[in-house]
Amino acid sequence: MNYLTILSALAGGAMIGLAAALLLFTHKHTAGISGIAAGMLPPWSEGSVWRGWFLAGLLASAPLYRLSGANIALDLDASPGLLAIAGLLVGYGTRLGGGCTSGHGVCGIARLSVRSIVATLTFMLTAGITVFIVRHLL
Amino acid sequence: MKNTVYLFAYGLLFGLGLIVAGMSNPAKVLAFLDVAGAWDPSLALVMASALLTLGLARYFMHRNNDAADSEQEPSARVPAGVDGKLITGAAIFGVGWGLSGFCPGPALLGLSAGVLGNYAFVTAMFAGFWLFRLLHQR
Repeated sequence: MNYLTILSALAGGAMIGLAAALLLFTHKHTAGISGIAAGMLPPWSEGSVWRGWFLAGLLASAPLYRLSGANIALDLDASPGLLAIAGLLVGYGTRLGGGCTSGHGVCGIARLSVRSIVATLTFMLTAGITVFIVRHLL
Repeated sequence: MKNTVYLFAYGLLFGLGLIVAGMSNPAKVLAFLDVAGAWDPSLALVMASALLTLGLARYFMHRNNDAADSEQEPSARVPAGVDGKLITGAAIFGVGWGLSGFCPGPALLGLSAGVLGNYAFVTAMFAGFWLFRLLHQR
């Protein structure tokens, strides 16, 4: 890690935390992306509206960032087939577990939720084991 | 209308945070999860910075505003205890995260780059959300 990596990690993290704080204190919603995205499945209700606008902002961030002339690295090693399997596991798992990296890992831990701390340790562990198996054993 | 602009802005800030932090790149996320390889610990700083920012915001908001304690939207008020669903769901999510390097936020954010595997992941993720609803709700 060089200084630029450290600085951008801290700045990016602060932006994520600030966005979650603003959503929480102005609208009383949790910035958990899996829950927000799953709430966009039909049938739509009143709750789909704030989710839709938040997601629209999230989706717009990449094209707007590119407008500044900067490139966004996106290196996907896995094949589309494997990514589809991964996506299914992420979709089902985050709903069953009630959150993802943002909902449990940031918002939940920030309010010292035991459920979120346990969930975060669990998905970090199984993700680490999965990467170890794929990269070092297979 | 004003709410709409704010919600869009929060989503935008969240997304820009992911980009600045480097979390939008699955390869970097996998490097963080690959403790036994060329480990990139910077994502731990992203999480620490997000937690510190949100934690401080919560501290000052709660100190000045008792009403902030009733912050959760009803759907986010989940049972307080750790149960099998939480652990199983988090474990399944972790496997998908480890296979791809994608969690829900970065996967949605990446869509505008037009990568086939990214589309496969997000489509399957929504199928996973839907599968959960099919199996566990109603």
